[in-house]
Amino acid sequence: MELKTPIPEATIRSLKVGDLVEITGLLFTGRDAVHKFIHDGGTLPVDMRGAVLYHCGPVMLKEAGAWKCVAAGPTTSAREEPYQAGVIEKLGLRAVIGKGGMGDKTLEGCRKSGCVYLHAVGGAAQVLAERIKKVRNVHMLEQFGSPEAVWELEVEKFPCVVTMDSHGNSLHKDIFAKSKAALAELL
Amino acid sequence: MSLKDNLLELIRRASVEMPDDVSQSLLRALREEEKKTTAEFALQTIRANMELAAKKSYPICQDTGSILFYVHAPAGCDHLAFEDAARAAVAEATAKGFLRQNSVDSLTGKNSGNNLGPGTPTFHFAQSGAGFQPAIDVRLILKGGGCENVGAQYSLPDSHISADRDLAGCRRAILDAVLQAQGKGCGPGILGVCIGGDRATGYGFSKEQFLRPLDDRNPVPELDALEQEIVATANKLGIGPMGFGGKTTLLGCKICAVNRLPASYFVSISYMCWAFRRRGIVLSADGGKIEKWLY
Repeated sequence: MELKTPIPEATIRSLKVGDLVEITGLLFTGRDAVHKFIHDGGTLPVDMRGAVLYHCGPVMLKEAGAWKCVAAGPTTSAREEPYQAGVIEKLGLRAVIGKGGMGDKTLEGCRKSGCVYLHAVGGAAQVLAERIKKVRNVHMLEQFGSPEAVWELEVEKFPCVVTMDSHGNSLHKDIFAKSKAALAELL
Repeated sequence: MSLKDNLLELIRRASVEMPDDVSQSLLRALREEEKKTTAEFALQTIRANMELAAKKSYPICQDTGSILFYVHAPAGCDHLAFEDAARAAVAEATAKGFLRQNSVDSLTGKNSGNNLGPGTPTFHFAQSGAGFQPAIDVRLILKGGGCENVGAQYSLPDSHISADRDLAGCRRAILDAVLQAQGKGCGPGILGVCIGGDRATGYGFSKEQFLRPLDDRNPVPELDALEQEIVATANKLGIGPMGFGGKTTLLGCKICAVNRLPASYFVSISYMCWAFRRRGIVLSADGGKIEKWLY
């Protein structure tokens, strides 16, 4: 299913764990420094209402005055667990892309705010960078450094899997419970 | 070519090309995975990514990680001059986009912008033993932060996981680490394990296990059996590629044992993601020529 940004809340609410989606439109990167900054009361110089946030610290090169995205896979999302639900609400996000999944607080935040967690394949920095058609802008570059800055990326058919939906379902929670039970049998 | 240029090429190839042993193992995992599943989608993406990175000469993964140099050099090799050349190569590789700007001041949060700073990159020097050619063996591992963060160190006995001070206890610790790492370290992964040592050397030796080819066998029979058993058991847990569920959770497990204090019994586990960036070269004694590529 192709999702075009800004994604309406009704579309987000229709998504279920296991759905394969492709995003076309705009992604904003934001990871550890950005989450803590917002949690501490900071305000970003860009409006993200209805937007998609990507947990990603890309490799960027400046060529002939323009930014070029060289590599851009997801980073581990679990580190943002203390902040994510608050950030979703404060910024008005409709989707968060990352890897490894997040916890109960974020799952509840998704249910409450109408947001989903989308899993991109970790380590697949080239497959994903191919889907980035343009680097539109960058914010907080000086303050946070390149991997932690907020990059505005225009993407086409950026592939993800819904692993946490807005109905309280989490693939990560399910797989953890099943694998824990399987291990108990095998010990 | 200068030593710096040769090390730059080592860094480039480490960042953009997967070692054969690991890529073959990933392709096997793809063939064996259930069709039309999210796990198969993950492994197909991984295959496409390996091909694209090599073709474009761009990093396999954007997190080009900790830069770990392992150097065996004959007596008389100037370590400080080697470090200077390696640092220059690292800075140049960063400017060219083979490495991400990955060195952050822990107090100010400021990124150095060129991967140089206190503690980065790291060097492990050893003197080549008698009988070695007068050549310099340089191996490089780039280890991403996601997989580094899921490394774990257990101090046995550990009542939380019912692990005693024996190989059965080590097995419990290692399998618990696999369970806890799911999703966060990009799977299917590879484990490097050290039984014994202290808190620092245990992790150090566990990382050196990543220098072993994936298909080698441990010369110590008990450890060999444990390595095989861990992989077989981990692959029955259903964690799968990226933690999506599926057949392949681990591609390998490499274990060493070193002596410990009577009071200590550490099991140190390092996790390597599927994007296993490991390359090596044998350099002429003056560092000016690459005699051979390793892996």
